[in-house]
Amino acid sequence: MFGNLVSMRLLAPAVVLGAVALFLFLASAFVRRRETGRWLFPGAALIGLAAALVTLLETVRLQYLPDGYNCLLGGCTAFLGMLAYDPLAVFFQALVMLAAVAAVVLTVGSPAVPQARRGEYFGLILAMTVGMCLLVSANHLLMLYVALEAVSLCSYLLTGFDAKARSAEAGLKYALYGGVASAVMLFGLSWWYGLFGSLNLQSLHFCMLGSPALSPGESGAAVVALLFILAGFGFKIAAVPFHQWCPDAYEGAPTPIAALLSVAPKLSGFAVLLRFAFNLLFDPRDPETLAYAPAQLEWALWAIAALSALSMTIGNLAAIPQNNLKRLLAYSSIAHAGYLLMGVVGGSQGGIAAVSLYGAVYLVMNLGAFAVVAAVERATGSEDLLAFHGLAKRSPLLAVCMAVFLLALTGLPPTAGFVGKVYLFASLLKGGGSLPVILAVVGIVNTVISLYFYARVLRAMFLLPPEPGLPERIAPDGAGLLAAALAVLTLALGVFFGPLAMLAEWSAGFVR
Amino acid sequence: MEHPTTSTLLTWIIFTPSIGLLLIGLLLLTRPLTQLTQATLDHLSRAIGVFFSAVPLVLGGLLWASFDGRATGMQLVHHTVWMRAFNIEYFVGVDGLSVGLVLLTVLVSFVAALASLPWGIARDDHHHFSRRAVPGYMAMLLLLETGMLGVFCALDFFLFYVFWEVMLLPMYFLIGIWGGPRREYAAIKFFLYTLVGSVLMLLAMIALYFASDPGALGQAAFTLADGSTGKHTFNLLNLAELGRQGAFGAAGPILGVAFPRIVFVALFIAFAIKIPMVPFHTWLPDAHVEAPTPVSVILAGILLKMGIYGILRVNYPILPQATLWAREAIAVFGAVNMVYAAFVCLAQKDLKKLIAYSSVSHMGFCLLGMAALTPQGINGAVLQMINHGIISPALFLIAGVIYDRAHHREIERFGGLARRMPEYTALVGLSFMASLGLPGLNGFISEALTFLGAFPVFTVLTIVSAVSVVITAAYYLWTIQRMFLGPLNEKYASLSDLNWRERLTLYPLGALMLLLGVLPMPVISLMDPTLRALIEPLARSAGL
Repeated sequence: MFGNLVSMRLLAPAVVLGAVALFLFLASAFVRRRETGRWLFPGAALIGLAAALVTLLETVRLQYLPDGYNCLLGGCTAFLGMLAYDPLAVFFQALVMLAAVAAVVLTVGSPAVPQARRGEYFGLILAMTVGMCLLVSANHLLMLYVALEAVSLCSYLLTGFDAKARSAEAGLKYALYGGVASAVMLFGLSWWYGLFGSLNLQSLHFCMLGSPALSPGESGAAVVALLFILAGFGFKIAAVPFHQWCPDAYEGAPTPIAALLSVAPKLSGFAVLLRFAFNLLFDPRDPETLAYAPAQLEWALWAIAALSALSMTIGNLAAIPQNNLKRLLAYSSIAHAGYLLMGVVGGSQGGIAAVSLYGAVYLVMNLGAFAVVAAVERATGSEDLLAFHGLAKRSPLLAVCMAVFLLALTGLPPTAGFVGKVYLFASLLKGGGSLPVILAVVGIVNTVISLYFYARVLRAMFLLPPEPGLPERIAPDGAGLLAAALAVLTLALGVFFGPLAMLAEWSAGFVR
Repeated sequence: MEHPTTSTLLTWIIFTPSIGLLLIGLLLLTRPLTQLTQATLDHLSRAIGVFFSAVPLVLGGLLWASFDGRATGMQLVHHTVWMRAFNIEYFVGVDGLSVGLVLLTVLVSFVAALASLPWGIARDDHHHFSRRAVPGYMAMLLLLETGMLGVFCALDFFLFYVFWEVMLLPMYFLIGIWGGPRREYAAIKFFLYTLVGSVLMLLAMIALYFASDPGALGQAAFTLADGSTGKHTFNLLNLAELGRQGAFGAAGPILGVAFPRIVFVALFIAFAIKIPMVPFHTWLPDAHVEAPTPVSVILAGILLKMGIYGILRVNYPILPQATLWAREAIAVFGAVNMVYAAFVCLAQKDLKKLIAYSSVSHMGFCLLGMAALTPQGINGAVLQMINHGIISPALFLIAGVIYDRAHHREIERFGGLARRMPEYTALVGLSFMASLGLPGLNGFISEALTFLGAFPVFTVLTIVSAVSVVITAAYYLWTIQRMFLGPLNEKYASLSDLNWRERLTLYPLGALMLLLGVLPMPVISLMDPTLRALIEPLARSAGL
């Protein structure tokens, strides 16, 4: 456990991001010339993110220096146990920063964000990234709550950033849902504290390992507390039945923000859920098999499996009739929360690696799909399915990229999405037992269902003639180039996934 | 078992079409620079499509020359590690089971590429599939060929699965973009049906991986191509060796069902959808009717073989106990396929649909023959795959010929065509006779072998199945009578006989029908030792 001064070094990426965010807030008050702001704001945001990524890698390197002690193998906590500094945190911090980079790039050409307010806008993105970095390394339930709130507040503001009325409506709806969810979670945390007397995950972990069986009353209270806490996580990762905010928020939010919301907060929610589950629900001393720290909490696994099955099934079924691409991708992201939860139910180190790997892959393919939507939206002013009719003729490059992302989201080889699905299913089938097998069968049924609505988009792009009145050709822009790069990455990771698999397995090493 | 790399020939065969695909992609990407006209681009794509499916054909000749038919093991192996995670290898090779199918694939793909040329199609027919979005079409055709060849050569289950899935998307687009009026429905139906099978296969594959235990072979770990070791394996030959030792019988049951049985059923359904086996066959008539002619040619000629091939490559050697448990059911399904689909053929009005159902009927022979576990039966089943792979492309080309001219395929609306199209009629007659099993043509040999092999084991079923032969003769002869004999329908008095594109595609197939009808031994001797080795342990445990 490191004290505050030493810990500052580990916090460097968040400090850098915070400083640049503050600079952006201030600069937006003073920079009046539009031309300056046009390059200054995104430039500063990108430089800040790049610097944060570099310092993050630097902290990784630092860990190997002082007297041979290696945090990344042993895992260590900073700020007197408030934050964990371990492979999982580093891996997911890098992911959320990359997602923020993509959001900044997508914004540059987006008509949705008013030019005059872009300073605050980029500042909020960076502030949200700080929140997510803290969230993925939160090792204390209070820290977890504070970080979660920080992320949520920025998300509400960013969702409502578009000048259109439906954007404000979406932001408000999101804020209302989020307020209720976080209040419920806080309530659950307070019960948990009352039951076990600590909020520090490690202390709780040892407390549960050492504790004798809970009395019936205590065990009932633990059920209630855990359900409330899971509700908070469920809201953040947009799992059914806590998902209702998601389609409205994505539809109303500016497209770059929808892209960011669909990956970054979801993945940071998953990181902290993994940390929570593997400290409190599973016995991390035996990472190869499913063993439960307190036997009374065995049902929690069933609860998570139910969340997973519900998210997949309802997300995919609800996506079928959607005609707005952002709504369709929102439901698809709900379904993907279900897929990712399969890895949590897998409950082994392989399960964590699967969540990390699928998380990274999901980041690439989902951001790519949103990038195509952003490019089409910019050219046609619409994100409706009609705007995608005949896209193969109007912009073959965008159409082919979108096809790659859709296939990856379905989970077909040779794309990265397939590799991710293999890891998830493998983590479920490895241990055996009926619950994982049943969940895996639900998963494959959902894969087939999901093909149906992804293929609707394929059909619109390749099989149907262009709608009259749409532009003849769509010239490639920043979003298009980003989509092309991500499509190449999706295919490359589908064929050469070795390095990513190694990183994912490394990130699973936080289980001690 | 060590399988060092002996040749990269198969890799060249598999990926040559992909080179063509990349070239077409390059042409499209550089078009803003090169400023090619649409017509030039179309011509170039056609040339690339034909050339890059001709090269594998030539390489296929080399493959035939270098394949030793007397050996039973894998030959022309290319073996390296692909991904250390999950111990996945790039492992391709052929044995007697797959070599014939690889040769068939390169031949049929080339025929399909030729049949995709607009040569002989009226100049004003801009909606003909061969004139629409040509670069995309040729790219998809080449991608499909890589997928098919990969499936037949892959010896690593993961690699097999990747190639298996790679075929889905090109087929979806080939039917969905260049197909007939109900193409969208047919394309998505094909996609969804096949995906159901694939995901079942995925789960079964992962389950087999985790159940693979090197201890059953007396080893500490599985050795990969580069000498590194792994705890589990996707290597199909290692899995087969484990299966022979009965290692999967010891794996824990899944959902209360014995491990080998549930995995067998999952894999079998995956493959049965592709065969297609009744009751999973309903995607096939739709796909065939809507698909353009060359795609039907590939679908019937090669894709349908993958189901049977998969069962023989995966289910039979890896799960022998479950195979013995399921063989009677397989035989019954085979008989149902033959008889039911034959009766359905009698009721068809559309020539292409009739041929599609006749394919379902003929794939039943394979199921019956392989379930018998006798040398004649299994040889008959695999030979039937090859023969059907020669006959059915010819049949679909024939349907394409009449559709290009009359723009419909309704059997009843023709009549007396023999007077106007004697050459066409002769080839139709030849193909129909080969398909219905006339002695002297290739279909007869495999059907006779199948019945010969199945009769001692499944006597009643074989007798029932023989009914289908009679019905097959009935629907083919009746079709000839309605389309080609009788008074000429004056509406079609102006139809022209075959053009050179059609001759070039039909005559080689017709020649093969005759040749393999009188001289089947070159093909049988390629595969006989492998197939005997495949069923020998099974037949021994079954007490045959």
